[in-house]
Amino acid sequence: MIELSSIHRDFQVGDQTVHALDDVTLTIESGEYVSIMGPSGSGKSTLLNLLGLLDRPSSGRYCLNDQDVTLLSDIEQAQVRNREIGFVFQMFHLVPRLTAAENVELPLILAGVAPAQRAPKVVKALGDLGLSDRSHHKPDQLSGGQRQRVAIARATVTEPDVLLADEPTGNLDHKSGQDVIRILEALNQRGITLIMVTHDPEMGQRARRQLHMMDGRLDIDRLNSSQNTSHGAA
Amino acid sequence: MALHSPDIAWFSWGALRGYPTRTILMLIAMAIGVSAVVVLTSLGEGARLYVMDRFASLGTNLVIVFPGRSETAGINPTTMMGETPRDLTLDDALALTRSYNVRRIAPINVGSADVSHLSRSREVVVIGTNHDMLTIRHWQLAQGKFLPEIDLDRASPVTVIGSKIRDELFGAERALGKWLRIGDRRFRVIGVMGSEGRSIGVDVEETVMIPIASAQQIFNTSSVFRILVEAKTREAIEPVKQFIIDTLQERHQGITDVTVITQDAVLETFDRILGALTYAVGGIAAISLAVAGILIMNVMLVAVSQRTAEIGLLKALGASPGQIIILILAEALLLSTLGAITGYLLGQLGSWAIRYAFPDLPAYAPAWAVLVALVVAVITGLLFSLMPARRAARLDPVLALSGR
Repeated sequence: MIELSSIHRDFQVGDQTVHALDDVTLTIESGEYVSIMGPSGSGKSTLLNLLGLLDRPSSGRYCLNDQDVTLLSDIEQAQVRNREIGFVFQMFHLVPRLTAAENVELPLILAGVAPAQRAPKVVKALGDLGLSDRSHHKPDQLSGGQRQRVAIARATVTEPDVLLADEPTGNLDHKSGQDVIRILEALNQRGITLIMVTHDPEMGQRARRQLHMMDGRLDIDRLNSSQNTSHGAA
Repeated sequence: MALHSPDIAWFSWGALRGYPTRTILMLIAMAIGVSAVVVLTSLGEGARLYVMDRFASLGTNLVIVFPGRSETAGINPTTMMGETPRDLTLDDALALTRSYNVRRIAPINVGSADVSHLSRSREVVVIGTNHDMLTIRHWQLAQGKFLPEIDLDRASPVTVIGSKIRDELFGAERALGKWLRIGDRRFRVIGVMGSEGRSIGVDVEETVMIPIASAQQIFNTSSVFRILVEAKTREAIEPVKQFIIDTLQERHQGITDVTVITQDAVLETFDRILGALTYAVGGIAAISLAVAGILIMNVMLVAVSQRTAEIGLLKALGASPGQIIILILAEALLLSTLGAITGYLLGQLGSWAIRYAFPDLPAYAPAWAVLVALVVAVITGLLFSLMPARRAARLDPVLALSGR
């Protein structure tokens, strides 16, 4: 469960202070499917980075699974990122010199998992995303959709609670984008909390809960009743 | 969250292979630094050993006596002419044996004379000396015997010839037992010098040796050119030197008219000078190592900024700042170790080439230099990567990942 209370995030640009996040209070239950929309510069990416512990709030409290993560040290935050959070990026961010399997293996390596225990997890993660026959390909030998699927496999191989997706379909053609979104939604069906930032209203409206940001504030927090609601939202 | 070392090695190796140009450039920089140290110190050490060896072949614990004083005490016609006030004689030489500290002596007379056998004739350096000369100078005989152990003042018609003289006068013929003519006297060949009997000043291969009394007859002189005195021990050299000066002063009516030099003093000076030279060139070469280190720092900095996205990604995947530092340092360590090994091999190849080109020069890099070069290479590689590694660890993942 994610609980943000009175989160502020200020940036100093020249002699001006920009309030990227301005008093954001938000609770997201485990297993929710949330989309964050809003114009450029509205603070949605900042919010996502903050949720992913890539950024620290200027003030406010952030509790992840009843633990105040803003109080954690860099090392502890890295551990939380490794175990409880998965990232999916618009640019995929695969390491080009590593094969698909090696890219998926990275979080496990960083977690210090023994090699013998890593292999079956990697095989399973790739297999779940239909990439078994691509595991020894380098990213440049894969299509965009395949790359994003590798990235999703990497994000989920540590079985995190939360999956953060930043414009996951932004660099994909329509069909691949649809595939990727369906995969993410299937993961959500199995219980993972899915939080997705998107420009695309069509994508955003698929989410059960839609947040809209404007000038660093959450101005709309809406439940989409047209979707199936097997997982209750707050 | 401890990284497994094989994983660190695998990741660093992958990073190095992923950027071959950068890797090869840095390897070359490191290798040049290390090989420079290895080659230059091997040159310095080779020169030192070469000179030491040459001096050692003069003989050990050697004191050399020659007539005349090397210090100029006022200007007079004789100093200008370089003439000596009083010659050394065989009796002087004999007197020098009367000390417990003196093991053996060898008086020398040198001149040149026509040496002939049948129709072949040649102008040759003739050395008049005694039996002990062979031992004092560490010479090797190729065939036969050296000059006999006879009284210094007894002439004897026997000669020991250099191998080159033998080749020129006798060709393929057997020389031992043959007679040859030196000046106007006949001598029987009783021995042939080995070719390794080379030393500074004299090329034994091209000389002919006869008993000193015979040499004095040929050159019609009663003087002695040099007296070599071998002290019993290294410690005995100074007492022997004093003993020689005292004895000869007494025999020459209280005038010190000889110069006594110890070869060890010369040797030590050369040893010191050339040793210092080796350190100096080693030090100069070490500067190239430092330059390589700075290059590594620059290239590592570029690497970090090139791989901003990758480092940001690692952070997003849960790499702690410590892990990032370890990964970057491991890369630098791997790189500088590979560079050092390459440089070591290159350096050994270089010194081998020097030894091949100059067989007389024992150009082997001293172990300390190799060790220092390797250790300094690896340490500079690590040290200069610390800054880039910390920069990578501090990298803001948000910015890193949003780049482009």
